Amino acid sequence: MPILLDLFLTFAKTGLFTFGGGYAMIAVIADNCVQRKKWISHDEMMNIAVIAESTPGPIAINAATYVGFLQAGFLGAAAATVGIVLPSFIIIYLISMFLDNFLEFAVVKSAFKGIQVAVGILILDAGVKMLKKMPKKPLPLAILTGSFAAALCINLFSVRFNSITLMLVCAAVSLAAYRMKGGERR
Amino acid sequence: MIYLELFLGFLKVGCFAFGGAYGAIPLIQEVVLGYGWLSQEELAYMIAVSESTPGPIMVNLATYVGSAQAGLPGSILATLAVILPSFSIILLITALLKTVLKNVFVQAALSGLKPCMIGIILATGASMLLTRCAKGRTLDKKAALIAFLLAGGLFVCRRFLKKNPSPIQLILISAALGVALYGF
Repeated sequence: MPILLDLFLTFAKTGLFTFGGGYAMIAVIADNCVQRKKWISHDEMMNIAVIAESTPGPIAINAATYVGFLQAGFLGAAAATVGIVLPSFIIIYLISMFLDNFLEFAVVKSAFKGIQVAVGILILDAGVKMLKKMPKKPLPLAILTGSFAAALCINLFSVRFNSITLMLVCAAVSLAAYRMKGGERR
Repeated sequence: MIYLELFLGFLKVGCFAFGGAYGAIPLIQEVVLGYGWLSQEELAYMIAVSESTPGPIMVNLATYVGSAQAGLPGSILATLAVILPSFSIILLITALLKTVLKNVFVQAALSGLKPCMIGIILATGASMLLTRCAKGRTLDKKAALIAFLLAGGLFVCRRFLKKNPSPIQLILISAALGVALYGF
C-alpha cells in the first residue's frame, strides 16, 4: 500500500474508534505506530508524547502530524492529520444536522456512562505510567503535587483559573530554579 | 462576520490549548461564551456529545459549534482553525527538533512542564472518576462497580496474564457494561 494511503487509513481508524480525547489517543497511536506498523521506535513515541503535551492544540493532531511528517514529509503529515480528523468530522456534522437529541437515546446514554468511567481509568493509567518514568527529584515532585492539587480544584470546584497559567507558572518556576543552579555553579 | 469570528475564536483555542481538551475546556468556555455563541447549558451539552463521540474532543467541539453557528462552511472553518496552529507548530518543531530539544532553556522549561502535565493528567483522570462515581453527594453504585471491574480486570490482565488490553477494548467493554447496568 502506498505510504500516504496507509498513513491516512491507519489514522482514520484511530480517529474512528478512540473515545475520550488526547490521552486515550496517545495510547492507541503508540499501539498502532510502534507495535503494528513499526513506523517509529518507542523512544520516538515518548518524544511525541512529550512534544504533543507541551505544544498547544489537540494532542492527537500533534501526534498524527509528527508521525506523518517523519514517514513522508509534509504530504505525510497532511494525510495523517486529515485521516484522524475526517471520521469524527463526518460523525459530528451528521449529529449536529440530524440528531439534536443524540444524548437522549437510552443506549447512547448508558453506553456513555460506562465509557466515561473507562476514560477516567485510561487517563489515570496514562498519568501513572508517566509518573513511574519521571525522575524522582524534589522540584519536579513539588511541581507535580502542586499542579495536581491546583488542577483538581479547577476541575472539581470549577475555580476560574486556567491551566495555561498553571503551565506557565510551572515553566517559570523551573527556569528560575535552573538560573539559580547555574548561578551557584559559576 | 460569523465566519471570521469562528475562525479566529478557534484559532485562539488551537494556539493556547495546552494539554488536550480537558485542560482546554476552561479556555474553550471563555471563547465560546465570550463570543456569545452558546449558553452555558448548550456548551455543556456539546462538550458531552464531543466526549461521547470518537475523535479528538477539541476538534469535535469545533466542528459542532461551527456547524451550529454557520452550517457546513462554519464547521469546516472552525475545524481547520483549531487544527492549524498545532499542525504548523509540529511541522516547525519536527524540522528543528534536535536543536530545539538540546537547548538548555527549553530543557529547563520542559523539566517543569512535564511534571506539571503529569499532575494535570492525574487530576483530570481522578476528577472524571470522582464526578462520575459520585452523583451529587451519593455514590453511584453502578459506576463504582464498572470502575472496580475495569480497574480489576486491567490489573489481572497485566499482572497475571501478561497481556495489555488495548484502550479500544477497554472502552468497548465499558460501553457494554454501561448498557448492561443502566439499561437501554
